[in-house]
Amino acid sequence: MRYAETGFNLEIDLTRGNIERVATDRRDTELYLGGLGTNAKILWDRVPPEVEAFSPDNLLIFAAGLLCGTPATGCNRTIVSTISPQTNLMAFSMMGGFWAPELKYAGWDKVILRGKSPDLVYIWIHNDKVEIRDASHLQGKGALETAEIIKQELNEPKAQVAAIGLAGENRVFFASIEQGRASASRGGIGAVMGDKGVKAIAVRGTNDIQVARPEEYLQLCMEVLDYIKWREEHPIPGVMPILARLGSPQEMAVHDEKWHTENFSWGNSRVRRKGFWTEEVAKQWEETLEGARKRLISCFNCHLKCGATLSLPGVPTYMMKCFTKLTYTMAAMSDLEFGLKIAQRATEYGVDGYSAPQVMAFAVELYENGILTDEDMPGFPSDNEERFYWLLDKIVRREGIGDVLADGTYWAARKIGRGAEEYDHNTIKKHEQLPLKLSMLNPIYFLMYSTGEKINITQIEGQFPQAPFPKREQREEFVKDWFQVPDEKFKQYFVDWELRGENSIPFYPTVEMTCDIVDWQEKMHYIDDALGMCAGLSSFPLKPPYHIHNYPKFISAGAGIDMDEEKLSQAAKRYRTLVRAINIRRGMRRKDEKPPENHWKKRFPELEKKLLDTYYQYKGWNQEGIPTKKTLDELGLDFVSRDFIERGILKEDEEAVAETAAAEQE
Amino acid sequence: MNAETKKRTIKTIVIDADKCDGCRACEVICSAYHADPKFGSNNPARARIRVIRDPLKDVYIPVYAGEHTVAECAGRDKYIIDGKEYDECAFCRASCPSREDFKEPDSGLPLKCDMCEGEEEPWCVKVCLAEALVVMEREEETAEEETEELEDLEVGLESLASKYGKDKILEALARMTKED
Repeated sequence: MRYAETGFNLEIDLTRGNIERVATDRRDTELYLGGLGTNAKILWDRVPPEVEAFSPDNLLIFAAGLLCGTPATGCNRTIVSTISPQTNLMAFSMMGGFWAPELKYAGWDKVILRGKSPDLVYIWIHNDKVEIRDASHLQGKGALETAEIIKQELNEPKAQVAAIGLAGENRVFFASIEQGRASASRGGIGAVMGDKGVKAIAVRGTNDIQVARPEEYLQLCMEVLDYIKWREEHPIPGVMPILARLGSPQEMAVHDEKWHTENFSWGNSRVRRKGFWTEEVAKQWEETLEGARKRLISCFNCHLKCGATLSLPGVPTYMMKCFTKLTYTMAAMSDLEFGLKIAQRATEYGVDGYSAPQVMAFAVELYENGILTDEDMPGFPSDNEERFYWLLDKIVRREGIGDVLADGTYWAARKIGRGAEEYDHNTIKKHEQLPLKLSMLNPIYFLMYSTGEKINITQIEGQFPQAPFPKREQREEFVKDWFQVPDEKFKQYFVDWELRGENSIPFYPTVEMTCDIVDWQEKMHYIDDALGMCAGLSSFPLKPPYHIHNYPKFISAGAGIDMDEEKLSQAAKRYRTLVRAINIRRGMRRKDEKPPENHWKKRFPELEKKLLDTYYQYKGWNQEGIPTKKTLDELGLDFVSRDFIERGILKEDEEAVAETAAAEQE
Repeated sequence: MNAETKKRTIKTIVIDADKCDGCRACEVICSAYHADPKFGSNNPARARIRVIRDPLKDVYIPVYAGEHTVAECAGRDKYIIDGKEYDECAFCRASCPSREDFKEPDSGLPLKCDMCEGEEEPWCVKVCLAEALVVMEREEETAEEETEELEDLEVGLESLASKYGKDKILEALARMTKED
């Protein structure tokens, strides 16, 4: 008997049109939990490093997290894993919404796509019945539009549909997969879906998902719900509004955008506009949002209302959440109304709300600096806002300059040449980052940016406050009910953290403390991604309802797998290391692990080196960032260490080599 | 005739559709509560409450399962409220042939909300942090008249008679009397 999960994966070979129901091994759930964890195992086993994103041998895996479909509030995420066309590394993007629980109720834990369909198709999963259906009539249709048409033609209003737009069909490197108000955006997974010839996956399920120990599980769920209620009534004092509450940053509810508009950079991540947030702007933007917002909406079995239905004059209704609210506005140096309007078109096209605006701002900058000319961009409008619509349309169709830009800033800059590389100044591992340019190096963020393989900082940070509170009393107050910490020492780390003086960044938190903090933050995200839990109730916000102390109980009572904190940490470490192993095998090394050079004005090369050295060691990786044989074997990943040795990535006596090298450095 | 009035408590769930955020937590917990063993399995298709939702049209109506009806409506009307179009079914509690709601997915047997009888409050209300579902109790005076009950009995018998014929009913009654 399998609990919480169904025990079956749906394998579809698109080349041959073959559909298989594959029973999974419960032992894998114990080792890798589910979601991201088991996805990583499948990618390691079946996608060798020679396989590129657009190879038929690349897999595109849609996984419902281990606890999706149970009454655990907020557990609704779909984890989509594949090889990214942009980074050529493993991409794992997540989406909330309603798709993952529906897949579970249909009787499946994952949908694994391989091969390529000769014609555009969509997949219809209705419990045991699975069909590959013609989608030629959906070609060029918007992502939300596609979902509506499919539900109508199937006469299944309750079906949940994940679809790509034009960007995915045309293999734009930052194409997303959209699902109502949710989208899996990072890493260009929509392009892989388009390359496989799959326009959408519609699913409807009416089967049961069992839990192992019902009374106990319900009790845990109700404790979480009660804590959410309490936490909603007790926002964290002294932090900016979006960090005070639970959930994905409450961008749809919050009007005060002083922090974002004055601290994040505008344009191609260039200009910080101190003093931008005037009363006049505040009033205008509030009117825009209030006028556009029909309702605050939630994902499946969650109450945090992080999304909204938006309807602007002359633009079809759509749904949005989080920071896409401002990315277009700020990239185009425009106002909120423009941002929300173009975001509607971008959502239908299916592009990443972080990368797309930045790529367009990058193109505008190149044009303004004479690197791109009218010859490269015939018909490029003179009006600023028109330019962004023009670029968006060109990119998703891969027309003219759009074909170059559709590969993202890193690749586009290298294709354009003529000094364009200088303008690609905000990517890590070839992927666009949040538009942030700050002053003083922050050791915690340095390590998270450098070593993160989730690519997006918001999917790595959380748990530990982003900055110290000014007064010691405030910090002492904060730690009083901070029971989520894995160890009491974190409280002391925070209490002693000062804004200025000896105990301030970049030398405090110390290198050792920084390793602890980064490891904890990352671990919680990795656990969420296996369980299908929304980061907004767990790894992202301060003092969340889910944490390292109650998660083992959820897994034990829900999935019937005996779990404690140590075993859970070990499992998370196992598949986190496996993600790294996949990327190492694809060529990722220490040289790739660095934030953009201008991310901070004040840099400290020696400290940065020490941070990376120490953190690698802390994680059980050698000085190239490669997990050592010892680490791998201890985690039961000896199949990885064998592979590494065969490929010459590690040597049999690698431990000795690494230690000698470290000694020499000292 | 006995005209004595009695007070009885009527539970009302006030559904504020404007507050619904469409999360379907009510469906999940309803299916779990009514599972065997209690909370042992989850399947919103078994829920006795459904959120009729059409996000792009901003339609969110939580509906409770009521009586089963064997025939579907002859015509189905549209309601337009505040500029939003609703199918009549969006407000209907019946399990009926025209939709899959409020039926056990395996057997097709009709489901009906029982207000989680015996619990302090219905579970859907308990988990609705949006407060779209709020339970209220009110007392209602009812005249306890035997004639009414008789009327019920007659209505019931008539429908049975029309289905099986009077003879069959009499035969069955005779059998039941013997068994007693």
